[in-house]
Formats: sequence, structure tokens, C-alpha cells
Amino acid sequence: MIDFRTDPARYRHWTLACDGPVATLSLAVDEKGGLAPGYELKMNSYDLGVDIELYDAIQRLRFEHPEVRTVVVTSGRDRVFSAGANIKMLAQSTHQHKVNFCKFTNETRLSIEDASQCSGQRYLCAVNGPAAGGGYELALAADWITMVDDGNTSVALPEVPLLAVLPGTGGLTRLVDKRRVRRDHADFLSTVEEGVKGRRAVDWKLVDEIAPSSGFRDAIARRARALAETSDRPADANGIVLTPLARSLTGDRIDYGTLAIEIDRAARTATLLVKGPEAPAPDAPAAIHAQGTAFWPLALARALDDAVLHLRFNEPAIGVWVLKSEGEPDSVAAYDALLRAHAGDWLVREIVLYWKRTLKRLDVTSRSIFALVEPGSCFGGFLFELVLAADQSFMLDGVLDGDNRPPAAVRLSGMNFGPLPMGNGLTRLQTRFLDDAAAIERAASARDRALDADEAGKLGLVTFTPDDIDWEDEVRIAIEARASYSPDALTGMEANLRMAGPETMETKIFGRLSAWQNWIFQRPNAAGEEGALKLYGTGKRADYKRERV
Amino acid sequence: MTAISYAERIPNNVNLSEDRRLQRALEHWQPRFIDWWKEMGPVESLAHDVYLRTAVSVEPGGWAHFDYVRMPEYRWGIFLEPAEPGRLIHFGANKGQPAWQEVPGEYRGTLRRIIVTQGDTEPASVEQQRHLGRTCPSLYDLRNLFQVNVEEGRHLWAMVYLLHAHFGRDGREEAEALLVRRSGDRDNPRILGAFNEATPDWLSFYMFTFFTDRDGKFQLCALSESGFDPLARTCRFMLTEEAHHMFVGENGIRRTIQRTCEVMREHRTDDPEEVRRHGVIDLPTIQRYLNFHFSVTVDLFGADVSSNAATFYTAGLKGRYQEGRIGDDHALLGAEYPVLELVDGKLVTRMAPAVNALNERLRDDFIKDTDLGMARWNKVVRSHGIDFAFRTPHKAFNRKIGTFAQVKVDPSGRPLSDAEWAAREREFLPSDEDRAYVQSLMGRVVEPGKFAGWIAPPSKGIEGLPVEFEYVRFN
Repeated sequence: MIDFRTDPARYRHWTLACDGPVATLSLAVDEKGGLAPGYELKMNSYDLGVDIELYDAIQRLRFEHPEVRTVVVTSGRDRVFSAGANIKMLAQSTHQHKVNFCKFTNETRLSIEDASQCSGQRYLCAVNGPAAGGGYELALAADWITMVDDGNTSVALPEVPLLAVLPGTGGLTRLVDKRRVRRDHADFLSTVEEGVKGRRAVDWKLVDEIAPSSGFRDAIARRARALAETSDRPADANGIVLTPLARSLTGDRIDYGTLAIEIDRAARTATLLVKGPEAPAPDAPAAIHAQGTAFWPLALARALDDAVLHLRFNEPAIGVWVLKSEGEPDSVAAYDALLRAHAGDWLVREIVLYWKRTLKRLDVTSRSIFALVEPGSCFGGFLFELVLAADQSFMLDGVLDGDNRPPAAVRLSGMNFGPLPMGNGLTRLQTRFLDDAAAIERAASARDRALDADEAGKLGLVTFTPDDIDWEDEVRIAIEARASYSPDALTGMEANLRMAGPETMETKIFGRLSAWQNWIFQRPNAAGEEGALKLYGTGKRADYKRERV
Repeated sequence: MTAISYAERIPNNVNLSEDRRLQRALEHWQPRFIDWWKEMGPVESLAHDVYLRTAVSVEPGGWAHFDYVRMPEYRWGIFLEPAEPGRLIHFGANKGQPAWQEVPGEYRGTLRRIIVTQGDTEPASVEQQRHLGRTCPSLYDLRNLFQVNVEEGRHLWAMVYLLHAHFGRDGREEAEALLVRRSGDRDNPRILGAFNEATPDWLSFYMFTFFTDRDGKFQLCALSESGFDPLARTCRFMLTEEAHHMFVGENGIRRTIQRTCEVMREHRTDDPEEVRRHGVIDLPTIQRYLNFHFSVTVDLFGADVSSNAATFYTAGLKGRYQEGRIGDDHALLGAEYPVLELVDGKLVTRMAPAVNALNERLRDDFIKDTDLGMARWNKVVRSHGIDFAFRTPHKAFNRKIGTFAQVKVDPSGRPLSDAEWAAREREFLPSDEDRAYVQSLMGRVVEPGKFAGWIAPPSKGIEGLPVEFEYVRFN
């Protein structure tokens, strides 16, 4: 089982060192520290285990180090920055592991860009040795790339000539969309194994500056300071400690306290039950800081984040996720209001951004997601985004026989109208009612109050509102039918439908990952017994099928 | 094709005058090369008349001409062994196809990297050795140093010709860069680590020419099997010159050992301290130098299990040592080769796919060759009745590249803890004190026929000339 929970004391590959406003993340991959047997992580190449540590470090930098304004990403090894994802690992992995791995890596790189754009934590990549494939793609996620000009160090995307696949973590997209590299230059780069070094790399915008070996440290220090000056992070705040995330796994039940998951293997479903807060919302940011990871919205975000990753990697056959909630709606609304009222507080900002990223993780998860809104549930404000993230939602109109709780209600708040956008840059409501300003206006005017099934249905906030007579059958049939379809067809269909609206760099990265890269990864030219990926390192030459498709 | 035109600015046997574009490119490069030589070649040597051999043909019988030359006027030229009509690629996946006369697009980057890496070592060694003239032990040795230097320069020409002739704009840029990198320069170093180390004294120089030029020999042998015919032909001719460099090394070490043995016999001592008091280099210090240079050189062969090596072989770019004489399928399908692996701190042999273990195989070929040199030196020691034998260190000793970089072993291959290594490193490798002692012996001897006290004269001179011949005239 793959566990995403780690901490710096357990890192095998990364070192995190903080020095005032500048932190340095150094990659020195332990060759023997691969997540699975069968490959050595040579040349600072990485597997999922390396990326799990990177993700953890990025999260800690945000929450534990409000004082850090610039993060320098560099290699802790001589003569190599990183050779990218380990090829032997890719060659021996199942297709679903490769895709999950690429997806998680993409999310981690996007979280670097999110830290810079939204959280004032700038990233500087110090390319102090050759950076190839995913190594260069990691650099591309930074705000600024400084490369050593030693005659040997280059940036390269050798996937096409060497492996018959594509850079799978946004390399091609970031070149042309983010860095505005000319397509002919990007084309050349992507077809030469050895990449581009020195002056030409700057002229082509592949890196931002070069510096000689003797001046490299100074150049990095200078640039780190300059980037730090563009940050709005507080200088005198104390971070909170991301304490170990408690989780119990018993049989088919996973319990985080704030979130409980029940897996039904026969039905191939998982029910995720979100628990509302137990304590009333505090009234000031100081109390949020004091509570740290115990602060309910943060605790729940951490649980949900881990649960999504755990289910993605460790439960691939559980194809339908059913989202439910239980709790006191007014209390949830109070927490929601607190987050909105103190949006300027650095920690509150981090918590809301964490929710944004976790919801995005849900958006790009290849599982069918159904939301069930029942009596006793508490889908309001930021929690209502879960309902909006679902492929379909069901809200019980009335109560079931023998249930003496009041009927279910949902609630909209300012959280549903801006702070939690999807990868396409729009809110989930904007994406739902694409270019329908009237519908959004109707929803906006209904915010901050309880909405029953009838009203929620009329506002278009839920898909179906069966009454107590139909509820059980409708829900059961919908889930059973869903679980019976081809998982591949569903994945493609859902990815298409979830991302309406404009393309962004982010949607392109995920869209192209699923549409092109996954396909190329499956083709015999790459993954067949005589394919380049399988033969890499054996000295044998791939025998390509020459027909273009 | 074998006629060499000396009427041209650039002597060559490749019909340069018929390719105006290439000729112009090389004539443009030539003055830069001369500038580089004047700046980075042997110090204070520009006006010397040196009795040098110059390649004038590629015929086995009489390819060299000997005469006094001022080094900046040396006729560096471009010589390829004659083409073998109908030559086929004889190993790898392209085996049986006609050898390439032009670079195949698919291998362009890889071949360029191979050629640039080889080419970079040539000027690097000239730079490393440029100060040695100030401390030469004799005119004979000084001349040999200069001979090695001008031929390394010619080998640079050989690689630059390939870059200019076959690799377009990138090749020209790489050719320029070969003159811009500097051995030991922090910002712009030579490509391979060993070529950025100093060659501070003549014992180091002999060690370098024995070991590191021998690495060169094996690399050139492997490349002379290449399916890229111009590279193969170039390397074959370079090998004829390289042989002299290794002779300089083997002979220099042998003469040093001989002088030490003579002094040990004369004073009836084997105490290194006392041996040193008589102004010669004690045998254990020579062994430590051997250990150092051997270990640095075996690193140059690269990782023991290597994807690159496999690719080079399968593509037909770089063969094995004496590929043509090996009786197998020349494709290495399913073949295995033993490599050492570190298991729980111990070295154990395991079988690796032979095609991935080609660096290791070439390294093993090199070690066999090294053992022959050791045997010849030990004969000198034995002939003086001295109970001492030089030993080739274990290949895991003092490594920085490959599996062994993670383990410390003594020269016999016995694993050591970090503490044991720290305590005993001085036994194995030259200490600062050893180096200072060797340096203290380095005085300049330039009277014809005279030799520094730490080295014996050679048994014969150059090209039938007496040992006391004036091999270098200072002007």
C-alpha cells in the first residue's frame, strides 16, 4: 500500500533547509530508495516516493514557514540536476500506476505555481547540472530558472527521441503557454536528446539566466532575494506544525475522524462521509492559529486530500465514490463565514487555498462521483463545492419514513462565488451555468440561507430531488448502473464533461495527459515488448510501427 | 587517398582541397588553434628547436619523418587510415550493413558527444602538462614530453576534422569550444574529471602517459571498430601515435624504478626513509602513485552497468576491444558478463547483460594490459635482488564512479570501514608529504646526455640517435 503521509525526518531524497526568507529544497535521490523493487534511482531520477516527499515539503513550506518567501529548488548531487522520472520504473509499472503517478506529479507542480501566484511563496530553480525530462519539467514549474553555464549542463526533453513517449508532466504545455517559447524552438528542443545549453537556452527562453560555476551561488542568492521582495508573506508570523495525520484502516473502513470511508467491494463503491465540526467556530484568527491542524476546516482538508490519493492509488477498482455529509449546518456556516471574514490572515488564506487544491484534485480524479444530500447533512459554503464537484447529485425531498430529523438543506455562501475556482479558472457554479449570468445571479441572491430540495432543484444546484418514495431505488439504480459501465469510457467521458469552459494551462496539462500521453503510453511503439520504453537501457533498438495514426 | 599534401596549409590525406567549404572552415579554425597552443601549450617553448617526428603518411612502413621543428610550426594535419572498400558494420543491430560514410541522422547527437568527449581529452592533457618543461630530468625526456604534446594536438585536429566535416553548425561550435575549455578551470573545465587534475611532477607525467593514455588507447580501439567509417579510420591512425605515449610512460616508470633499485643495492637498504635520503623515489611511494593513477583512470571507463554503453554498441557506434577477433555473434543477444556488486558491504560477482557491461569489459581489458606493465617493472626489481613487487590495485579501490563509489576497499579489495580507511589512506595513496618529496627532486637537467639523479638514462635514444644527442635546442 502506498502511504502519502510523511515528514522531513523520514525523507530519503529531499532536504529542506530554511534560512530566514529563503528556503532550499535539495534533491539527492537515494538510489536504493525506490518505492518498489526492480529499479535504482540513478542520476537523481525519481519515482512516486520522491514526489510524495516533494509534495509534503511544499505543504510544510506553506503552513509551517510563513516567513519563507523564496524556495530554491536544486540538486544536492554533483554533475546532475535530475534525469526525470525513472525509466525502468515506468517500464515495469502498470498503466494505471503510471497515469496516477503523472497526475500526482502534475498536481504537485501546479501546487508550486499556486504557492507562487496565490501564497506569495516564489520558486527559484537552480539548475546546477543537466536537467532532463521530468527534471526540466520540475524546473519549468518555478518562477525563475537559473542554469549553470559550465559547458555541460543543459535542459532537455528527450522523451520523443529516447523513449517514444511525451514529457508527461506539463513540459510541452509550459514551454509554449507559460514561458512563451516559440513552437519551432520547442519542437527542436523536444527532438534532440542532449537538449540545449548555455546562451541559446536563454535566447530561446528555456531558462531565465545562466551563470558561471564560480558565480552560481551568488547569482542564486541574488535572485532569491529579488524574488523574496515580491512576496506579501508576513515576516513575523509563526507557522503551525503539520502534525502526523491520524488515520485508521480497519477492513474496508478508513477513518480520519473528520471523514469516514466505507468501501463496498462487491458494489465497487466507496462512501465518503464528511463530518461537520464538533466544536463551535472560534471567533478570531488567533484561535485558528492556536488550534493548528485541529482546526476543523484544515483537518478535513488534510483528510480529504489523503483519502483521494489513497483511493486513487490503492483502490483502483472502486470506481464510484459517493459523497455524503453529516453535521450541524449552522456550525458549518459559522466556520465558512470565519474563513471569509479573515481571508487576509496568512493561515486562513492557506487553508482556503488548500481547499481549492483539494477540490481540484477531486475534479481530475478518474472516479465517478455522486453526491447524496440527505437529512442530517451539512453541505454548505465550501462544503457545497463537493456537491458541485460531483458528476451527479441527489437531494432527498422530504424525509424517509421514521426519520424525525428535518429535511435536508444546502446553503450557498461567498465561498461558492470566487475563492475556490476550478482548473479552468471559473468557479464550479460558473462552469455549471456556463455563460448563463442569470442562473448565477439567481444562485447568488439565494446565498447565506438554507435551501430545501425544491429550491435547490429549481436553482439547478442539484441534479435530482427524489422524494421518500423514489429515493432509495433511484439512488441505488444510478450507482449500480454507473459501476457497471466501462471504467475507461467513464474516465474519458467524465474528464470531458467536468471541464467545460475555457482552456487554461492547467486544463491543457491534464487534458493532454489523459488524451495523448495515456494513449502514447499504451501504444506498442512505447509500451510493447519491442517498444522504446521497454527496451530503454538494454541497448536494443525499438522497432516502430511506422503508420501515423 | 594516402598521399599527404604538404603543399597545403593543412596537411591532409582527405582531399581537403576538393571540399572548399570544409577547407575554409578548417583554415578558419587553424589560427585559433595556434593561438590556443601559444597560450596553453608548453611554457617558454615557442622558440625551441625540438627533434620531433611528424606524420607524413599513413603507410605502416614509413609514416613518420624526424627533424628539428619549432612547435608552433609543427605540421598538424588530418590523416585517416585508407578506406577499406566495401567495409561493413560488424557488430550491433546494424551488423552487415555498409559502414556509414556520413553520419546517420538518428545517431548524430550520440556520435557528436562521443567525438567531443574524446577530442576534449587531447588539448586537456597538453594543458595539464604545460609546466613540466621547467623541471625536465633530461633533454631526452623533454623531447618526449613535447612529442606527446604535439601529437595530442594532432589528435585534437583529427576530432575537429570529424566535427567540421560531418556535424554542421553544431560541429563547428563544438570545435570552437574545444579551444575554449581549460583544464582545471572552475567555470569552464574540461569534460572528464581526470583531465582537470594537475600533472605536477614527472612521476605523475609518466603515470599519466602509462595509465591515462592507455585508457585513450582502449577508447580509440573501441572507436576504431565504429560503423561510422571516418571515425574508425581516424582512430586507427591515432593509435599508431598513441603507442609512443604509452612507451614514454612505461619506460619513464621503469627508469625511475631502476634508479631506485640501483641506489638500494648500492647502499644495501630497503628503508624508504633512507632511500629518500639518497635522492631517489622509494618503491612504496611509486606504488602509491600507481594506486592513485590507476584508480582515477579506471573511473574514466564509466559506470560498470551502463545504458549508454549498450546503446553505443547496439547502434554500431562503439565496439569492443578487438571486436573483429572475438568469436561470438557480435550482437550480444542474451550474453552475460560478470560484474561486481555490493551486497551487504561485500563485493560479490553477478552476471549482467553483456551489452550493458561493455564499460566493465573494456576496463578489464585495460587492467590486463596494465598487469603486463607491472610484470615488466617487477622484472627490474627482481633483477636487483630486491624483495618487492608492484601490484595492480583492485578495481574497486578508490573509485568515484559506478557501484564502487559507495564502498571503501584497500588495494587488495578488502572492504574497509570509514575509520579504517581514514587511518590507512596514507598507506594507499600519495600523501601531501609524498608529493612534496617527489616535487623536491624535480630540478631542470638540460645538458645533453645528463640525467636527474632520480631516474636512470634510457637504454637507447630516439630513432637510432645516441642518448646524449641534443634533442632540444634552446634559442
